[in-house]
Amino acid sequence: MRFAVVTFPGSNCDYDCFYVIDKIMQQPVDLVWHQEESLKDYDCIILPGGFSYGDYLRTGAIARFSPVMKAVEAEARKGKLILGICNGFQILTEAGLLPGALHRNQGLRFLCQFVYLRVENNQTPFTNACQPGQILKIPIAHIEGNYYGDRETLNFLGRNRKVVFRYCNNKGEITPEANPNGSLENIAGICNQSGNVMGLMPHPERAAETILGSEDGRFIFQSVLNYARIQVPVKGSYIERNK
Amino acid sequence: MWLAKVYILYKSEVLDPQGLTVKNALHNLGYQEVDDVRIGKYLEIKLDGPSRKEAETRLREMCVRLLVNPVIETFDYHLEESK
Repeated sequence: MRFAVVTFPGSNCDYDCFYVIDKIMQQPVDLVWHQEESLKDYDCIILPGGFSYGDYLRTGAIARFSPVMKAVEAEARKGKLILGICNGFQILTEAGLLPGALHRNQGLRFLCQFVYLRVENNQTPFTNACQPGQILKIPIAHIEGNYYGDRETLNFLGRNRKVVFRYCNNKGEITPEANPNGSLENIAGICNQSGNVMGLMPHPERAAETILGSEDGRFIFQSVLNYARIQVPVKGSYIERNK
Repeated sequence: MWLAKVYILYKSEVLDPQGLTVKNALHNLGYQEVDDVRIGKYLEIKLDGPSRKEAETRLREMCVRLLVNPVIETFDYHLEESK
């Protein structure tokens, strides 16, 4: 399984994703510049976090017209896996590959902290390694992560189990206090109708080793490999293995 | 040449956290009469176009394709002749 991590001008989590795929999941991965027009050699495409085009106009609004996004759309239609993390999620909503929009956090602050997520659907290519309702501890780092969808969108997501993650407390309860940014219905991550495109605001790539405070993010990458029926040869963190 | 003045606002059903905060600040300053504040964007775009109709068509297209996210925002504009 070959991964692509797309670098837009202003991406800043691209190398973190590259590192996790390369060193921890031990899969072939390339950093791909946003001018690239074909992604047909890749099975999973990651749009990483950051501030593409300085977040000018709206987050993701300009990145969405990068040449590479035509290729992302083409591969998404073929059923390839597309994972948008943070700014990548924003780009996917701007591109219309995922419904809804992400706007300014309710508290207006940039939030950089660990949050708890409840797995609302473990029957996706990105969550099949999780138990139903499993609680993941993964950090967020954003100021525009407030998920909005109109009633029709929220109904669609709910009815079809397309909400993949919701913000919860450490007991797994979905409460207003556990909602860091004002997202409607505590939504932290969603997928499209066919399930091959997922976006989430939290950063699984920043939580893939115990030394970073959590390795729960690895469940998401592990799920992608499960989906492709790939065995990860070595367990344990990269740091531990290389002592 | 045409000068387009484009106004972009959150839709009324979308919570505007900046507007809410500014409203509270105005209340704290004693302006209790303030009922609501919505913060949006204002753009001035100079564009060429053989006629008002043509310029307007293109401008609307720009709004829908890039300048506005119709999921959360609405827009309005004034188009005037400019040197």
